[in-house]
Amino acid sequence: MEQPYRISSYCHIKNSSVFLDGKDVNASPIQEFSTFIKSAAKQLETNYPKFYKMDNLSKLAFLAADVLLKNADLSSDNEHNIAIILSNKASSLDTDRTYQASIADPEKFFPSPSVFVYTLPNICMGEISIKHQLHSENCFFIFDRFNADPLWINAQSLLKRKKAEKVLCGWVEFDDKNYEAFLYLVEENGIIAHSPNEIKRLYKT
Amino acid sequence: MTKCYVSYHNITSSLGFDSATVFENLKQGKRAIQSVDEPFRFYKPFFGAVIPTEILNSAFQILTPNKDFTRLEKMLLLSLSETIKASGIDISDRVGLIISTTKGNIDVLDTQSQFPQERGYLSDLGKIIQNYYGFKNEAIVISNACVSGILSVAIAKRYIQEGIYDQVFVVAGDLVSDFVISGFNSFHALSDGPSKPYDANRKGINLGEVAASVLVTSNKKNLSEDAVEILGEASCNDANHISGPSRTGEGLYRSVKSALAEANIDYNTIDYISAHGTATLFNDEMEAIAFNRLGLEQTPLHSLKGYFGHTLGASGLLETIIGMQSLHHNTLIASAGFETLGVTKPLNIITETTSKKVRTFLKTASGFGGCNTAALFRALS
Repeated sequence: MEQPYRISSYCHIKNSSVFLDGKDVNASPIQEFSTFIKSAAKQLETNYPKFYKMDNLSKLAFLAADVLLKNADLSSDNEHNIAIILSNKASSLDTDRTYQASIADPEKFFPSPSVFVYTLPNICMGEISIKHQLHSENCFFIFDRFNADPLWINAQSLLKRKKAEKVLCGWVEFDDKNYEAFLYLVEENGIIAHSPNEIKRLYKT
Repeated sequence: MTKCYVSYHNITSSLGFDSATVFENLKQGKRAIQSVDEPFRFYKPFFGAVIPTEILNSAFQILTPNKDFTRLEKMLLLSLSETIKASGIDISDRVGLIISTTKGNIDVLDTQSQFPQERGYLSDLGKIIQNYYGFKNEAIVISNACVSGILSVAIAKRYIQEGIYDQVFVVAGDLVSDFVISGFNSFHALSDGPSKPYDANRKGINLGEVAASVLVTSNKKNLSEDAVEILGEASCNDANHISGPSRTGEGLYRSVKSALAEANIDYNTIDYISAHGTATLFNDEMEAIAFNRLGLEQTPLHSLKGYFGHTLGASGLLETIIGMQSLHHNTLIASAGFETLGVTKPLNIITETTSKKVRTFLKTASGFGGCNTAALFRALS
């Protein structure tokens, strides 16, 4: 019989709040993204100077992943094979627009490598991998809305084939001023069934 | 596990609009890289490999388009139409579609573009391709930097092995636009002449423009004469740096190890390596270290970047198709631009296009974000 996998925890970041397993862990007044994410990172003890150099999409994905992986209480002695499968609609368009503005005018032509590198959506998975030392499978998908099925299929495939012990999955979107992160961890242990319906239910909570 | 194969394919490129023509041009040592002076791409001339616009537009008329498509959409649609036609497959609900791109229609962000900025959403690009051919399933768009093209083949295999689809069409493409040229230029990563992967005098990359497409299938009735089995694949992150490769080649090393384990073959059964070889100092050095750690320093190896430039999200798929042709014709293609080894570890670079019996090849790719992918393919006959 196939091993049934479980969702062990999940994290939402939206409307200036961070929720872990549905509980608000960082109540703060509604504020604009950059102020909110900085104060949330501080309150949640993300002691990581590189965080402040990241673009908005990476900050969002990084913080949600950090909350989940810290909560998972992974031992620092051995390696953890945690794959990452993320998705969104706007890819890296938020930073793409910033970068395009820097090259649009030949009179003010100032392309910056530190901005250009963030014009790829998978960079946020690189940031998570560096912090948590994950030498694991990564893939970034684009859909026009939150889409549970591809996340479920890919996580199942990686776990069944033992390409990963756990899979960090989810949706991380930053477009103009709108943002939302919903990440969850799939593994052998946990109380929530790993199924498309449960993923959709958690996303909506 | 269900066996999966890469079957029918097309390359739409600066070296021809079908795989056979492109392979013939490679055998003859033709390189598409030249000085490009097209202000719509970049404000000054650069060395790259681009598809001439008139040729693309005239070829696209074959599809009798009834509305406007962007340059990238034309390339993707042209390539995919050839692969679908060659396969003879009906687009049923058991057929999937994967689109691989790093930047998609990024040129629409330019205020000069005739298309609305919304066309820059990759999911819209997915819908356009999906609807054009009447795919019953939603397009799966993969945007994972420079490993996207080969990673897409791995993802297609997952969908087949999970029983979701029987067949998956994969189409990959990226543009040579001011966005990417200026970006790589800001990293001082562009070569001021045709690139020289692994060479002592390499100065960086050329960018190139290609659309490539393949059929990935589990059905033995849908195999092309040069079809290959996907023996194993893996993607491992370096967990080291977002814009520079690992000094130890860690992610690439692990990717190849994991792909070999899945394939259940020994490293010495690999007949040749189609490596990433962008011709930047750091990338080529990293690969040399990783291949040495794997015991692959004697295995014939090439980079195709010296012919097509770096075609970003298309490169892994393009180079897989060339690998299939190499196995089919028992011909190893020379690594264009290479003269003197310029990495600190030995590599067996293919210096002349030669006939050799080859059955199994390794395709690798690495990219920003620390991503690496390796895939092993074997000829069927």
